[in-house]
Amino acid sequence: MAENKKPKKQIIPNKNPMPAQDARERARNFNEVALGYSEETAVAEAKRCLDCKKQPCRQGCPVEVDIPAFLKLVAEKDFDGAIKKIKEKNALPAVCGRVCPQESQCESYCTLGKKHEPVGIGRVERFCADWELNKGVTPPPVEASTGKKVAIIGSGPAGLTCAADLAKKGHKVTIFEALHVAGGVLMYGIPEFRLPKNVVQAEVENLKQLGVDIEVNSVVGKATTVDELLEEEGFDAVFIGTGAGLPYFMRIPGENACGVYSANEFLTRTNLMKAYQFPDWDTPIKVGKRVAVIGGGNVAMDAARTALRLGAEESWIVYRRSKEELPARAEEVEHAEEEGVKFDLLRSPVEIFADDNGWVTGMKCIKYELGEPDDSGRRRPVPIEGSEYTMDVDTVVIAIGQGPNPLVPRTTKGLELNRKGNIVADLESGATSKPGVYAGGDVVTGAATVILAMGAGRKAANAIHEYLGGK
Amino acid sequence: MFKILQKQVFSPVIKEFVIEAPRVAKKCQPGQFVILRIHDEGERIPLTIADFDREKGTITIVFQEVGKTTMQLGKMEAGEYIKDFVGPLGEPSHIENFGTVVCVGGGVGIAPVHPIARALKEAGNHVIGIIGSRSKDLLFWEDKMREACSELHVTTDDGSYVRQGFVTDVLKEIVEDRGKENIALVLAIGPQPMMRATCGTTKEYGLKTIVSLNALMVDGTGMCGCCRVSVGGETKFVCVDGPEFDGHQVGWLELARRGAIFKQEEQRAIEHHKCQCGCGGDK
Repeated sequence: MAENKKPKKQIIPNKNPMPAQDARERARNFNEVALGYSEETAVAEAKRCLDCKKQPCRQGCPVEVDIPAFLKLVAEKDFDGAIKKIKEKNALPAVCGRVCPQESQCESYCTLGKKHEPVGIGRVERFCADWELNKGVTPPPVEASTGKKVAIIGSGPAGLTCAADLAKKGHKVTIFEALHVAGGVLMYGIPEFRLPKNVVQAEVENLKQLGVDIEVNSVVGKATTVDELLEEEGFDAVFIGTGAGLPYFMRIPGENACGVYSANEFLTRTNLMKAYQFPDWDTPIKVGKRVAVIGGGNVAMDAARTALRLGAEESWIVYRRSKEELPARAEEVEHAEEEGVKFDLLRSPVEIFADDNGWVTGMKCIKYELGEPDDSGRRRPVPIEGSEYTMDVDTVVIAIGQGPNPLVPRTTKGLELNRKGNIVADLESGATSKPGVYAGGDVVTGAATVILAMGAGRKAANAIHEYLGGK
Repeated sequence: MFKILQKQVFSPVIKEFVIEAPRVAKKCQPGQFVILRIHDEGERIPLTIADFDREKGTITIVFQEVGKTTMQLGKMEAGEYIKDFVGPLGEPSHIENFGTVVCVGGGVGIAPVHPIARALKEAGNHVIGIIGSRSKDLLFWEDKMREACSELHVTTDDGSYVRQGFVTDVLKEIVEDRGKENIALVLAIGPQPMMRATCGTTKEYGLKTIVSLNALMVDGTGMCGCCRVSVGGETKFVCVDGPEFDGHQVGWLELARRGAIFKQEEQRAIEHHKCQCGCGGDK
């Protein structure tokens, strides 16, 4: 460019709105809610970037995508260049563009966001990824084979990212997945209407093109163990990314009544097994007229919104703190409200009632008020004595969190675990107490986000590469 | 994809498959189970392993056609492929030399009892086998069980073979005859009412009784909690804590109710299947 001085950019204060299905309509179907930017909108949104010097957005990305660079390429309509730029760092852009909590990551650092709305980075990222998926993906270059073999346990976001990075560096990667399809929580947990399963499978296909083998139906900890992979099957290193797959229950009377589901069961039946297409698909699900979802996280929002789509007349979030403390993303809460999910806050069940045949008829709840802040910094919910009342519901979904599945940790010799059963691993490298064994994602941190798991997969991949003698 | 190597038809509703699954066969132990899915739109169903051959890399399953998936499975032939087959799942049976052990198999439950009885005998136990079915045409594996056990007793509900009576009748006679102090353990696998009745009988004698539960499952790896059951007042997952539990501690009523959660849907699935393929339920 000829000019020395950058022309001052015109400030466009608001994000281009994301086109979405009408709330009332979408609350009854499983099609994707957010429809995605058109080419024009994506370019317009990318042009909102001030191209500031400091580029603070980059520090907000756990996988270090060069955000200003890809936005610039989009602004220039070089979508191919943009997606290549994203993929240098992010193996699953179509997923991240949809489910990352950008408002607390990249977008929260955006300079424009200090006075106005930040650039819709996630929306533009999604546009680029979808643009590429539509046109057909060219696999990125893979370095010459190192002759080293790495086993990855679990094909969720941590495992997929770790696999992609290691494959690109020339290692032979095999993913072991317990379920019959790869994707982990992206397949069984996050609903179709937030993350279409064909998008996940397209990303998985891209991974296979890098030469990654995926062995589905392989339960490590049962069919084989980490020790056997290292000692008998010739793997040089192992990455454990088995996630947080163990549902917590409340341990209250009546919890085993018919019509009480863990969120994991409720969502797995619906998402992975496509129970919403029963009987064309074989797996059933049963949802009553009034559904209570216990918990306030993203999983709870997913379950409450899913309940409506499965035909519930009323779907309630029952959460023991107030709206301020809801751990779910603001956007998810907003979408749930728009669709008609109701919130019963500062409440928690103490007992579930059932009829003579064992089916849920109601729930005894107690009211809470907020007291002093607890360890998490949030105000502690305190039960109000004598405030018990009965809530009339026929289906209950427990979404109070998940712990690490013990199958792999329990069967691996010399693997240090913490009190909760999570694997103890260095957060910078994923290194565990066992040489050659790395871990990352929810199995280390406890239930968190897709992108944090991806960040952990990336860091572990770098450390494994180094461990295997790479530079 | 997992190849069906052999098929044997024991009755119009009870069938045996030998399936090529080397990874499962390499590691499985008596008492463990597999989950299979027959096609892309299929459900995941658990089946207890009836036999295995580590060298040939095969797993034997015996199943009764009770729902849409087992009916479709029953129509499959040797040479065809099962889409997904995962295992071994669950905890293996606890095998040691207890002394004298009674192994009771009712109906299709005879199959999963077989490898456990064999392992118990190999461990030095005197294994008294009792197998029973509603009638002669539903009985199978008498020869295999005779080989796996030290002695075998056979009964049919209707008296169409050997003798008339329930497995619990035979069990009672044996305990009375040998003395309860001479029996260390009872193992019972079969339909829920049969296992429950067996536990009722052994409770009177104070005989420890292990049962293998068949609960509804989705993933089978402890992820969904669909298979939860109360054992001694505590919630357990059949898939990872079981499938075997102390039968005197099992909350049978809750188990039966939870097993029937999708009864209407199961019926609907069968009807939908029949009218879709236009075979009148024959294919």
